[in-house]
Amino acid sequence: MESFSHNGYLDMELLRFTTAGSVDDGKSTLIGRLLYDSKSIFEDQLEAVKKASIQKGNDYINLALLTDGLRSEREQGITIDVAYRYFATPKRKFIIADTPGHVQYTRNMVTGASTANAALILIDARNGVTEQTHRHTYIASLLQIPHIIVCINKMDLVDYDQKTYEEIRDKFAQFAQTIDVKDFLFVPISALKGDNVVDASANMPWYDNGTLMEILETLHIENDYNFTDARYPVQYVIRPLTDEHHDYRGYAGRVAGGVFNKGDEVIVLPSGIKSKISSIDTFNGEIDKTFPPMSVSLSLTDDIDICRGDMIAKPDNMPEVSQDIEATICWMNQKPLNTSRKYVLMHTSNEVKCMVKEIICKVNVNTLEEIIDDKEVGLNTIAKVKIRTTKPLIFDAYKRNRVTGSFILIDEATNETIGVGMIS
Amino acid sequence: MENYRLNHLRELESESIYVIREVAAQFERPVMLFSGGKDSIVMVHLARKAFAPAKLPFPLLHIDTGHNFQETLDYRDDLVKKIGAQLIVGSVQESIDQGRAVEEKGYNASRNVLQTVTLLDTIEKHKFDVAMGGARRDEEKARAKERFFSHRDEFGQWDPKNQRPELWNIFNGRKNMGEHFRVFPISNWTEMDVWQYILLEQIEMPSIYYTHQREVFCRDGNWLAVAPFMKLKDSEKVELKTVRCRTIGDITCTGLTLSTANSLEEIIDEIAATRVTERGSRWDDKRSDAAMEDRKKEGYF
Repeated sequence: MESFSHNGYLDMELLRFTTAGSVDDGKSTLIGRLLYDSKSIFEDQLEAVKKASIQKGNDYINLALLTDGLRSEREQGITIDVAYRYFATPKRKFIIADTPGHVQYTRNMVTGASTANAALILIDARNGVTEQTHRHTYIASLLQIPHIIVCINKMDLVDYDQKTYEEIRDKFAQFAQTIDVKDFLFVPISALKGDNVVDASANMPWYDNGTLMEILETLHIENDYNFTDARYPVQYVIRPLTDEHHDYRGYAGRVAGGVFNKGDEVIVLPSGIKSKISSIDTFNGEIDKTFPPMSVSLSLTDDIDICRGDMIAKPDNMPEVSQDIEATICWMNQKPLNTSRKYVLMHTSNEVKCMVKEIICKVNVNTLEEIIDDKEVGLNTIAKVKIRTTKPLIFDAYKRNRVTGSFILIDEATNETIGVGMIS
Repeated sequence: MENYRLNHLRELESESIYVIREVAAQFERPVMLFSGGKDSIVMVHLARKAFAPAKLPFPLLHIDTGHNFQETLDYRDDLVKKIGAQLIVGSVQESIDQGRAVEEKGYNASRNVLQTVTLLDTIEKHKFDVAMGGARRDEEKARAKERFFSHRDEFGQWDPKNQRPELWNIFNGRKNMGEHFRVFPISNWTEMDVWQYILLEQIEMPSIYYTHQREVFCRDGNWLAVAPFMKLKDSEKVELKTVRCRTIGDITCTGLTLSTANSLEEIIDEIAATRVTERGSRWDDKRSDAAMEDRKKEGYF
């Protein structure tokens, strides 16, 4: 416990990961195990789970009950929505986006994946690589999660057999070549028994590449942000209008890419006007440079008209500016996509209207085949489309930058978020 | 290559500032709820950071149950003066006097649930279209599924099964007439993060978070403070103990921790060693396993 001491905070990193898998894969059990073995579960929480397990007639403490928060989920024994869990070790703080893995919950998986540095993909060692594995991996790659950890679970039910593990590993690696996944690792575990989750397994001496917890603690995440292309969407204009700060005008925002230094020449889009950074301000005073994901306030040397929705970049490295984009979208609503309707498109701090001009194809998330003869885009459909906006968007391809390459679609009648997209 | 890395507290800080600025940009009449507890103190601190050198572009709202620790009220008034913020107080006593809320009876009577009526009335009276709150997802199971931008219908109710998807950092604050939002800028913070951040930023805290002597009594394993409106059972004895608050609600539902922690460092060490969640000492959650979910659906914080 000494490791959590007050001096430790300076060295802690934040890792966000998502878990994909169904109840049957033991996903909830795995999360329960991570929380339990890292001592992130408190006595009163454990007490509540014990009580509930006995009531349900379970033989052992049902760790899955720790994560199923809503009443209807506990009643039905399923996970409906994305739930966020938190735990910390002396090395890192973790945020888990816990999502249900059934095909009808593709939208939840996409949601959980959108902010993750890493994805945990669960495979039942008895079943090997299945359609579900394909689906989960495809979504992780679509959302450009930088790291994938394949957890081959229930090793206790295959007698901790090395050959079974290796066969699954090779089959997955072969499949991964067919889609855009760069960094993936494998770990054989038993979430129920605790093998290789936090403590190394005595049952699998043939494996020595670290427990799941060790992998999570040491994954190299420093380069998950884009530090190359300087991008600064203006979020809010700060004008104090007080005697003390009479002429102050600061452009508040969160750096979406690259590094900005005091004195750098910048270009404001869409106007194209150039200026220089006169100061980078924070509550605690001026700083010399800023990078993602910092929230700061920029002042420029010239008095130019800048508002929310504008983007500050550098003249030698500009984002694309266009009213026509191609994107992969995931539909999030029961009401199907209507190509004759206008939708609101939110992108960085910008809001425009748009129409989906063309549905190029749909993607079968299980077989990854492109479907061109059926153009109905309904709940959980993933499709490649062409979109035309009423005003130009200032963007990058999603593969280059997750912030400037993503958008959401809103139904003007209900104001619901009905679709999300990644720009090609 | 240079080291472009933020530690977890600075990353959380940046995310929260982004969310608070997004509220100011997307809504016409925002308000920030302020209880005097550590979470809302940190949230106000983050809001100051978000708009510096300008003042907060929205008022603070305190829902006063009339059962507050005096130290909390003193802290509130000092803070408001120091940062030049506007303060609005919604009174639960007024709601009761007007017959809008009915006082609970019995030994465990609390005005905690009644706050919802006062909160919704105050929101309507001032035509606020969004209220920011200091709730964290790690506090309780039902909160684990709460969005940063949480949509409320015209009755202020939350529908957990029909929440808007929330992806990346794109927040959809669009709404129809009469509807409003609750926004939770520190959703991703844990209790430990909050205290570490208070230490990092050297934020001044109300004295009741530190150890002090207080008249208390024990009820079902919890130490509760003695106050004129607290009814004691015959079996309950008043004792003088060395305690501190781990969480601050109103007096009727705030369990006190036996503690000698007198500095932020000692509080952090104590939290690292505790084996009970902070809401474990909150009476309001013990009523049933789904107590929080039920109150949230009605429009609770």
